[in-house]
Order: sequence, then C-alpha cells, then structure tokens
Amino acid sequence: MDQLPALPPLPDEGVVIGARPKDWRESVEIAGRALAASGATDAGYAVDMVRMIEEHGPYVVVAPGLALAHARPGPAVRRDGLAIVTLAEPVPFGHPYNDPVRVVLALAGASSARHLQLVAEIANIFNDSDAVTRIAEATSADEIRGILGATAS
Amino acid sequence: MKILTLCGAGIGTSGILKVNTERVLQRIGVDARVVAIDVSMLATELEDAQVILTSPEFVEAIGRTFADVIVVENYFDTAELQRKLELALG
Repeated sequence: MDQLPALPPLPDEGVVIGARPKDWRESVEIAGRALAASGATDAGYAVDMVRMIEEHGPYVVVAPGLALAHARPGPAVRRDGLAIVTLAEPVPFGHPYNDPVRVVLALAGASSARHLQLVAEIANIFNDSDAVTRIAEATSADEIRGILGATAS
Repeated sequence: MKILTLCGAGIGTSGILKVNTERVLQRIGVDARVVAIDVSMLATELEDAQVILTSPEFVEAIGRTFADVIVVENYFDTAELQRKLELALG
C-alpha cells in the first residue's frame, strides 16, 4: 500500500505547451489528441472526457488552475496514459472556486483499480501547492516530466 | 465509521479525495473506512455513511441524508480537508 506505482510515461507527444483553445471543451479535446498521439488511447477517449464534464459539470477542476480530465476505462483505452496541456491564456470551466484553468492533465487508466492508483500518485505530486504554477510556466516537456517525476518512455 | 468520497466516475477526483482524506484521518488519529464511489453507487453506499466528501455539483444528487456533507474546494489542500473533517467529526 505504501509503495505507490509510478505514473505512466509522458512522451513528447503527450505534452502541449502554450495551447490557445477557444473554450474548455477544446482544451480537453487537445489533451485527448495528445493522449491518442502518445498511443495510450483511441481518438474516442477525448469525446468520453468531454461527455463526463457535460454530464456532471466542471468538478474535474480539482484545484486552482488545474483540470483533471478523465473518463472511465473502456475500449478507447489501450494502456495507462497521461497528457499535459498548458494554456497560453487561462480558460474558465465554470467552476465556482478553482477557475480559470491553466493546466489540463488528461488521464487514462486501463482498469478502474489502476485509474485509482494513478490518481493517488497524482495527489502525491499536486499536494505540493506550487506544482500547478510550475507546470503552467514550464517551457519544455523535459521540465514538465521533471516536475511530475515521469519518464519519456 | 464509513466516509464516502463522491464523483462522476468514482475513479478520478473521488480517488484523490480518498487518498487525501486517509492522510488527514491518520494525522488526526481517526479510524475510518474511506470508499470512493460514483453517483450510481449512492443508493447502496449512503445508508451507513457518516460523512460524504464531494464537489458542489454532486450535493443535489445526494439528496436527503443524515450524513455530514462536506463540499471540498481544493482537492489537494489537506489543511482545508482537515479543517472541514474536524468540524464534521467534532
């Protein structure tokens, strides 16, 4: 229990720095494309992530400036995956406390149990209150991998 | 004691709340079982729960309950979690 598994790799394809989406939906779609480009999911997973927010609201904005986009494990998930999109201009998701969003972290888990392990690992990273700002201001995929403790492959 | 963390899929934000709630409970010396659930599991899990932690969007879905409902703003702020848990458990 104490030995939490590490995050999945974060290849360059899974990182988009300084994106300029027109709204929250496009920011999640960009993150979904990055997940698909990294090989973790099919393109359909982006649609699933958008639908989660349409269905349940902007609760995925779990901390000031950070959206944790995700959907349930399913056929669109090929393997565990992670993508990071930083936004050139912060985008509102409609969250009462944590808007606007500067970083979209998209997560895919191959199973529900694995997804829970991954979010536990993410909690360890973001319990450091500086992590969102440091990622938002990062200028390279290497810098973001360093903050997350993720590998490129 | 049973504590629920509630979100849309039961595997994402509720998982973060579960981990950080367990962390806070250990810190304040409270023994409880923390279960991450989605809205569809409410009907079966709600009855014997003392506390439910969630975000504003899901409060309405919980409906009438004897449990303390805690609305969490920043899921990574364990100081906020501790303050609100102590208030509910005190």
